[in-house]
Amino acid sequence: MRSIAALLFAGGLAFLLLIIASELGFGEPAMLIGGDILAKAPDEVGASNIVTAVLLGYRGIDTLGELSILFAAATAAGLVLVRGNKDCHAGANDPVGGFILRTGADLLFPLLLVVGFYIILHGHLTPGGGFQGGVILAAAFFVLVLARPGADGSGGMNHTAIAFIEGLAGVGFIGLGLWALVDNGNFLQPMLSQGVFGKLLSAGTLPLLSIAVGLKVGAELAGLMTQLAEQPAAPRHDPAHPGDRPS
Amino acid sequence: MNGFGIDHLSFEVVMYVGAYGLLGIGALGMVMSNNLFRMVLALVIAEAGVNLLLVLAGWRNEAVAPILGVHEAGTPMVDPIPQVLVLTAIVIGVGVQALAVATLLKVYRIYCTLDVRELRRHLEQDICRDAGIAPDGSWEAPTIERPLPPPIPVQASTADRSGAAS
Amino acid sequence: MEIDLQTLFALVIVVLVLVSAVLVLVLENMIGAVAVSGTVSLGVAVLFVLLHAPDVAMTEAVVGAGLSGVVLALGLRRLGLWQLDGVTSDRPTEREKTDA
Repeated sequence: MRSIAALLFAGGLAFLLLIIASELGFGEPAMLIGGDILAKAPDEVGASNIVTAVLLGYRGIDTLGELSILFAAATAAGLVLVRGNKDCHAGANDPVGGFILRTGADLLFPLLLVVGFYIILHGHLTPGGGFQGGVILAAAFFVLVLARPGADGSGGMNHTAIAFIEGLAGVGFIGLGLWALVDNGNFLQPMLSQGVFGKLLSAGTLPLLSIAVGLKVGAELAGLMTQLAEQPAAPRHDPAHPGDRPS
Repeated sequence: MNGFGIDHLSFEVVMYVGAYGLLGIGALGMVMSNNLFRMVLALVIAEAGVNLLLVLAGWRNEAVAPILGVHEAGTPMVDPIPQVLVLTAIVIGVGVQALAVATLLKVYRIYCTLDVRELRRHLEQDICRDAGIAPDGSWEAPTIERPLPPPIPVQASTADRSGAAS
Repeated sequence: MEIDLQTLFALVIVVLVLVSAVLVLVLENMIGAVAVSGTVSLGVAVLFVLLHAPDVAMTEAVVGAGLSGVVLALGLRRLGLWQLDGVTSDRPTEREKTDA
């Protein structure tokens, strides 16, 4: 019965989407604002990556909304998960990473840091930006935790320091927006001179906003993954007594 | 395929089939799976399909990527707005997946099972126990005892007086 | 039936992605299902490159194969569903201790 209902639902969804697809012409975008932005962005923002220019310049407040959604999700996950305390011994059963993982993690960590910061800083010139570089930074810090989990599973990562960096980056982003509000009258308007097109120090405050976004996303995701790794293992479910549940 | 009269497979058909197929497989998987973890995996697939569909909406024929300085000025570029939306959507998607996994861990710790049908039974028992109704009872069952006590009888003196008057 | 090279390439990647998506829902081994979902994300990242969206392709590749896979695999480890070829416990047995 449930399978029939599921197939009907999927069929109805496919029918609805096919009708939308037949109305939407392929090869000519239906929205007109894309063409306007492509025409005006080179002069107004001064960045050569138009997607970053839209993300941080024209629609900066949507990026602020996304940062707050990420913050809410990470905080909610931290609230739901069991707090790790010192006598939890979550990592007691985790194997210490083998020789390849430990050596590879030590070699990869500085390289991943360099690549992450490169992608963040050059976000307005080449494809990249704050989010991609931030995720690479989070992976760089987490690979160390994977290689040496330690007795409590956290691998020596300091949650207070991570929360401090994340808060500082968020305050920096909002502070730049408020400075633009005080100066210009528009929240998150890109300011400072546009500079020479194609150089690293161009496009006004866009690199600073990219750095703030990258640090915030990186710190948040590294902290979230370490919290997941610190969980004690779930109690073994005994199949002989299916009705029993731990209180 | 020649029997259909189609002699040229175009790029758009292949891409649309891929996007709709991913979305359909993800939606079917979420509805028909019996394990909570597989439901989260189906959500991941459906999100990938939707992002592909959004970027597909910005395609322009004979256009290049929206990066200035690579091609000469004036070449038509694809629409950058759907790419901005999808960039945000991908990052939000991973946040939602992390929260879903955290909730899964909590559910497993409390109920010790990830099967959807068993969880439904456990949840119904818990709700019935907290609301004070018997298990396997319906939601609309009354909470006071049946049969009700008999109604209070009318006073015998007023009945005799009215009977004697008429 | 004529197919140009770009459409042929897209067709191969789309077939790979759809088969992997079906495999995610069918595989019994949970770690295998997580790994195949990473394959789906990487295939979709290649399709983004074909659609002239390099920013989106980079984000999908990093997030889908890296972060999402790691989060799901960490959840599996804590659920006790981590099974590779029938080995369920992480603690090394006596035989493995002498090997490593």
